[in-house]
Amino acid sequence: MIAGLILIPLVAAGAAFAIRSHPVRRAMLVSVAAVHAALTARLWVDWPARPAPVLDGWLAVDAPGLLFLSTCSALFLAAAVYAVGYHAREDVGEPRRDIEEGGLFFRNEPEAVFAGCMLLFLGSMTGVSLSQHLGLLWVGVEATTLATAPLIYYHRHHRSLEATWKYLLICSVGLALAMIGNFALAASIPRAEAESGRINLVLGDLLANARALNPAWAQIAFVFFLVGYGTKMGLAPLHTWLPDAHSEAPSLVSALMSGALLNCAFLGVLRGHQVCTAAGFPGFSSELLIWFGLLSMAVAAVFILGQTDFKRMLAYSSVEHMGILALAVGCGAAYGMGLHALGHSLIKGSLFLTSGILLAAYQTKNVTKIHNLLADYPVTGLLWLAGFLAITGAPPFSLFLSEFTVGKTLLDADRPVAAAAYLVLLGVIFLGMASAVLPMVHGTGPVDHEPAGGQSAPPGYRPPLTMLVPPIVLAGAVLGLGLYLPVDVREVLRDAAAALSGGVSP
Amino acid sequence: MTGLLDAAFVLLILTTLVLLGSSRIRLGIRVLAVQGVVVGAAALLLPNHHVTLRVVVIVLIGTILDAVVFPILLLRALRTARVERETDPPVGYTASILIGVGLLTACLWGMKYGGITLPHEGANPLELPVAAYTVLAGLFLIVARNNALNQILGYLMLENGIFLAGLSTAMEVPLLIEMGILLDVFIMVMVMGVALFHISRTFDSIEVGGMTALTDWPDQEDVGK
Repeated sequence: MIAGLILIPLVAAGAAFAIRSHPVRRAMLVSVAAVHAALTARLWVDWPARPAPVLDGWLAVDAPGLLFLSTCSALFLAAAVYAVGYHAREDVGEPRRDIEEGGLFFRNEPEAVFAGCMLLFLGSMTGVSLSQHLGLLWVGVEATTLATAPLIYYHRHHRSLEATWKYLLICSVGLALAMIGNFALAASIPRAEAESGRINLVLGDLLANARALNPAWAQIAFVFFLVGYGTKMGLAPLHTWLPDAHSEAPSLVSALMSGALLNCAFLGVLRGHQVCTAAGFPGFSSELLIWFGLLSMAVAAVFILGQTDFKRMLAYSSVEHMGILALAVGCGAAYGMGLHALGHSLIKGSLFLTSGILLAAYQTKNVTKIHNLLADYPVTGLLWLAGFLAITGAPPFSLFLSEFTVGKTLLDADRPVAAAAYLVLLGVIFLGMASAVLPMVHGTGPVDHEPAGGQSAPPGYRPPLTMLVPPIVLAGAVLGLGLYLPVDVREVLRDAAAALSGGVSP
Repeated sequence: MTGLLDAAFVLLILTTLVLLGSSRIRLGIRVLAVQGVVVGAAALLLPNHHVTLRVVVIVLIGTILDAVVFPILLLRALRTARVERETDPPVGYTASILIGVGLLTACLWGMKYGGITLPHEGANPLELPVAAYTVLAGLFLIVARNNALNQILGYLMLENGIFLAGLSTAMEVPLLIEMGILLDVFIMVMVMGVALFHISRTFDSIEVGGMTALTDWPDQEDVGK
């Protein structure tokens, strides 16, 4: 089961590079995604029974891992279906005119490379979610960097190349630091135990023997994990690659990166936090997580206010939500963290996929050039509006519940300053996003700004069903989770929370 | 043995300073190759592990990559990109050397008085400060240079420091260091090499200082060419 989850995407990736027929490759992408989702669903049905670990327990299913694996799997299925419609439009085979710089022509990456990298991406994210060995987890995160770099450089022009270079350099350096974290954790294991091989960097071993670890080295390890994986996850002030990469990548890649990849990187931080908690100094990692989380929210708020590029706005919103996740774990709202991660992934995926439709319809990323969306494209407009309400935490979407839980936990934990900052920042971000989104949906646009070429009159673009259904389903899921949390979901969330705050995984 | 190891550490520090202070990329690539050999030698001489077959294999692979494979690839990239030196880096060369010396001092002091000690008996007191210094100097080189090749040199220097840190802390954990080496090879060869090729073709230069199109305030920048 575990082997299948990882190997199927990897084998399919090899095949994707070899298959020449576009329809066959697209069908394969969707079917692999469906099989992966089905296997993941099976894990949920069987929970709390779990499949046998493989590779000496280096790969196994636990509750936090299952949670993040599910978001990867669900988003990948949505993205794979979306890709069918997306490629039908993008795949023209000849140089295309750039929408931002009219004089610039570029080619797209071959679709085979794109599909292959997507599948490698899925395989490596699955690997991260299932890794119990911290070295293997690091390998998985690094592999996601390798697989996504070509995806960001899908439109082959200088802006996407700039984004790719920043992404590669910043994330490689970050992950190099995370490797130091692994070394430091290895150094914290008592010599006799390490030499006999009795304690390895496997999470179960570490948690069971956490009290024997050298506290100074374990704390150094957590700091490096936080900085290293924090870079990849987009925690401020290490988030600088994120808005560039998200705004230049194709929308379905942005959806996957924002909804799935950032979570996977967060898992690295969480593992470090688990070790710290079990080792008896939860306060150390919690405090760091709380302040990094609030800083990320503040940075995101500053850049969302007045943001004119809607894909960058969504990217900064991801920085904000990663901050909320860090804050939630730090203040002890592990249950709220799980629910928030789930809700954020689904709705951010939906928003990025919708932004791809907007981009195709209006040929611009500028929020001030899009007006009257609800009248011109009722379904897309409704999705965009619903997505905005959900992502800013309005009821009845599930993010309201999770953000409320985090705020309540902050107050219960007697942290009035952090709670006040949290609420104010949420309010500022709501206003910032509202001032960008609402005029797009309703406004008619200032008369004197009417461009001669006419962005106001929408071109006759009809989004195909394959591009509309995935974001609708994702948004529907967030609404559903907000109205009713199924027992299975509650159970897994509870187990994940127990693993994160109790130390030893159940 | 200690004398030899100390000599290797001094040589390592000197190579980092040359890299920080040289504008010629070709020289930088060669110095980095030398640094790779020095790091390999230091790794073999470290007092906190026995020289087993595994250590020899790891060090051999690491050294061959650093001293042979990467220099060949980088020199080829240098020829394609047709650059010899970076004339106007964000932080000047003299200032870079001074900052390097400052970092070294900070690492030596910090490790001496910070109370961080290696878990081994009889570890060399310079192991950890020198590894930390190499990592920091590599990081500094990445932010203080605009030329993509120079940034890669900085990344490789960072990796040398991490390699040393790994051998002095994590030797007992099976496969951890091997994982690190393996993935570096991938990053270096597959991705940075390919990206470098595309950058030199798209921008007609590998100065990443020209990459200014992506910003949050597009009005204030002259977008595009």
